[in-house]
Amino acid sequence: MSLTFAILTALLAIGLLALVFGVVLGFASVKFKVESDPLVEQIDQILPQTQCGQCGYPGCKPYAESIANGDEINKCPPGGDITIKKLADLMGVEPKSLDAAHGQEDIKKIAYIREDECIGCTKCIQACPVDAILGAAKQMHTVIVDECTGCDLCVDPCPVDCIDMLPVANGTSSWRWDIDAIPIKQIG
Amino acid sequence: MQNSFEDIMEKLDNHELWDFPGGVFPAERKTLSNQTPIGKLAIPARLYVTVKQHIGVEGQIIVDVGQKVLKGQALTKSMNPFAVPIHAPTSGEIAAIHKHVSAHPSGFPELTIEISSDQEDRWTKLFPLIDYRHQPKMQVLTTICEAGISGMGGAGFPTHIKSAPKKDIDFLIINGIECEPYITSDDRLMREHAWQIRQGIDILCHLLKPKHVLIGIEHNKPEAIEALQVACRENTNYRVCIIPTKYPAGGEKQLIQVLTNREVPAQGLPVDVGVIMHNVGTCFAIADAIFSGKPLIERVVTVTGEAIKTPGNMWALIGTPVSDLLAHCKYEQTGQNRPNIIMGGPMMGFSVTSDLVPVVKTTNCILAPTDNEIAGNNEQPCIRCSACADVCPASLLPQQLFWHSKAKELDKAQDYNLFDCIECGACAYVCPSEIPLVHYYRIAKSEIRVEQEDKQKSDKARDRFEKREARLIAEQQARDEKHRLAAQARKQAMASNGNTAKDKIAAALARAKAKKQNAIIVNEKPIAPAEAPLANRTVQEVKTDESTTSAKAASSNQRVQAAITRAKAKKTAAEVTITQTEQNNKINAGQIIGNKPEIKHQGNDVKFASKQASDAKMKEQADVNHSLHTADDSPQPQKQVITDSKQLKINAAVAKAKHEAQKNASRQDLPNPAPAANMNSPQINISVELAKTQEQQIDMKKRKITAALAKAKAKKADEKEKTSKVDKSS
Repeated sequence: MSLTFAILTALLAIGLLALVFGVVLGFASVKFKVESDPLVEQIDQILPQTQCGQCGYPGCKPYAESIANGDEINKCPPGGDITIKKLADLMGVEPKSLDAAHGQEDIKKIAYIREDECIGCTKCIQACPVDAILGAAKQMHTVIVDECTGCDLCVDPCPVDCIDMLPVANGTSSWRWDIDAIPIKQIG
Repeated sequence: MQNSFEDIMEKLDNHELWDFPGGVFPAERKTLSNQTPIGKLAIPARLYVTVKQHIGVEGQIIVDVGQKVLKGQALTKSMNPFAVPIHAPTSGEIAAIHKHVSAHPSGFPELTIEISSDQEDRWTKLFPLIDYRHQPKMQVLTTICEAGISGMGGAGFPTHIKSAPKKDIDFLIINGIECEPYITSDDRLMREHAWQIRQGIDILCHLLKPKHVLIGIEHNKPEAIEALQVACRENTNYRVCIIPTKYPAGGEKQLIQVLTNREVPAQGLPVDVGVIMHNVGTCFAIADAIFSGKPLIERVVTVTGEAIKTPGNMWALIGTPVSDLLAHCKYEQTGQNRPNIIMGGPMMGFSVTSDLVPVVKTTNCILAPTDNEIAGNNEQPCIRCSACADVCPASLLPQQLFWHSKAKELDKAQDYNLFDCIECGACAYVCPSEIPLVHYYRIAKSEIRVEQEDKQKSDKARDRFEKREARLIAEQQARDEKHRLAAQARKQAMASNGNTAKDKIAAALARAKAKKQNAIIVNEKPIAPAEAPLANRTVQEVKTDESTTSAKAASSNQRVQAAITRAKAKKTAAEVTITQTEQNNKINAGQIIGNKPEIKHQGNDVKFASKQASDAKMKEQADVNHSLHTADDSPQPQKQVITDSKQLKINAAVAKAKHEAQKNASRQDLPNPAPAANMNSPQINISVELAKTQEQQIDMKKRKITAALAKAKAKKADEKEKTSKVDKSS
């Protein structure tokens, strides 16, 4: 009898404790909820945001969503190997080489409109995913260089082929030191 | 907690100083160049003044190619607080404004104003500000800015910005350390121009109002220390501090640490710990600008190294190509396997890519060492001896930074505070494996900067993309909403006023239609007698269809109908003439149609036909509407008293014209046997007329199509005839 009583007491005590902790934890999970950065957002942060659509999706966000749903991570030529490596780290998969079906990694380019040839058709403006082309109907258009992502999407719609993709010029500010160092020696 | 001002002063009074961690003691080699007074270089024939010579943004160029300039004339205008102007170093002509090799490790061409000197060295008018103590501070700062003064110690920070702090300043520190081996330009300047340096300090004190001024000089420059002590004797607030020689004691953060034991926070500025530091060269230039109005157009440059025959210090105009300095000091390449000219000192300088690299405001030394002085590049693997960590003045872990920089693990390198590295080169100096550590850090730093820039750009692109998407969606919604509202308004308008006026019009239309039907029946009787009862029946059908009464008929419909009838009348008239011509030329036409017509004509034909077809289509639609409305509205003709006589007349005319057209068509099919299509069309016409017994509306449509076809063909035949005529005549 005393044994049953002891067991019952123990069960009751444990159950009570479980209830109390459950309530506390439940309250804490509501009260101190931390909004975690959703996976799609994290992937989107890594993608280069050229919005070029070379991956087959209409922009970087849709591709990020698709990666989160299990798509391949090697469909982004503008991001190149660095992006693939970062995505692999994030998704916990092996990095792959870039899928050639979606294009090659290329040097950074931006669009340039030969302004005297522009007829002002506004087709490139409609094609630009980041509103980096300035102009109006029957007025000359031009590219805002700082905003251009080099996505290439304005080149095809141009009826007079006056848009060139030119490599970004390298200046002293964007120069990366090469290893041709001044060798230093214990002098004297 | 940082040391209080009083503590620091107490310690300084006792001639005690603090120390910074690490540091190295390289051979000084200063006696090579500091034995002779500062020489004067002949005015070079060509000067290359780089437009951007400091941190910040370049000014706007205000001179043109071919323009004559005087010595000290401004070449650029500062548009931005972070821009300081540049000035013509001597009088002459602007030879070119183009990209010229820059005084930068990369040697990338940068925008440069090239001046060909006229050797006259004529000054422009100068505006000194001798009574600066009675001028507003802003005026003094403007004068300093317009004299183009930026820090001459190394970084080239615009002086006027540094001289207008928003915080209280405990110490103004004047940096006369010059800790790097070989360089003696500040040493010589202090020896020879201590008085003017003190004047510069006076001006800075007026601007900054520091509690105390500390002038730091390394104890290996006794002459300079003495000269400044003499110059500052009268002013008790100025204290010359003798700093033990240790590299890199001249680093800004290190000197602050030695003098005040305060540590500048990472990514902070000296002003955060109540200190402002200026170089002695900058003080000299400030005094020049205020007391004589001279802009910064020349500086002292040490030309030294064992490959130089007569090393020494030179007053070099800004923009002087390195080659002029080397020639003046007799540079010989003996002892050098390949030409090796270093701008800056051996620890922190860089090899120039061309001897046309110009002297800029931060150039303090041109070093031409022999191969014996400088080791070859024998990089060997790191042995983890940690000698670099012992000498690092910033207390970093150089070998960890090296691993991560080399492996491109930029995040980890940043975790080890890569950006606190001052690139002094002490670690590389002591490295037994001769690893050029600083260069690995520089590469990593620039890569991180590029990455950050890319990141910023991609964030901006994402933002713009998302905003654009949102805008497109909003526009679409606005359009849909507008359409919906318009549709609603239409519906409402119809419901509210569709009963009275419209009904009357509809009734009139219906009556007219009925009359027209009768006319058609009467007219068509001789051709198709079977039609009469059918037409009657249609009328009856229409009558019995009373339940489908609608309020759709509107005045616009009426107008459309009128237009249609007019068009029809015209068309039939034209058809009659065409058919007549066709009949006249039937043999001709028949023959020609057998021949291949010219492509051009065919093209015209096709176009014409398609136009006709589209016309016909339009008419069809209009007609369908019309007949529908007629059918709908016909039940009320008897109620109607007012008759639209004009409409009636038009309808009658149309009916007549149609009748005629039919007659013509039926005539046409008999004598015109040649073109198959022509043969077919009247047949269709006839069959259509038979089908009319089924449906009056369809008949109307088809008749019009046939008419269009006939017209097209007539035209074609006409053209072909013309061609044949041309053929014949040719």
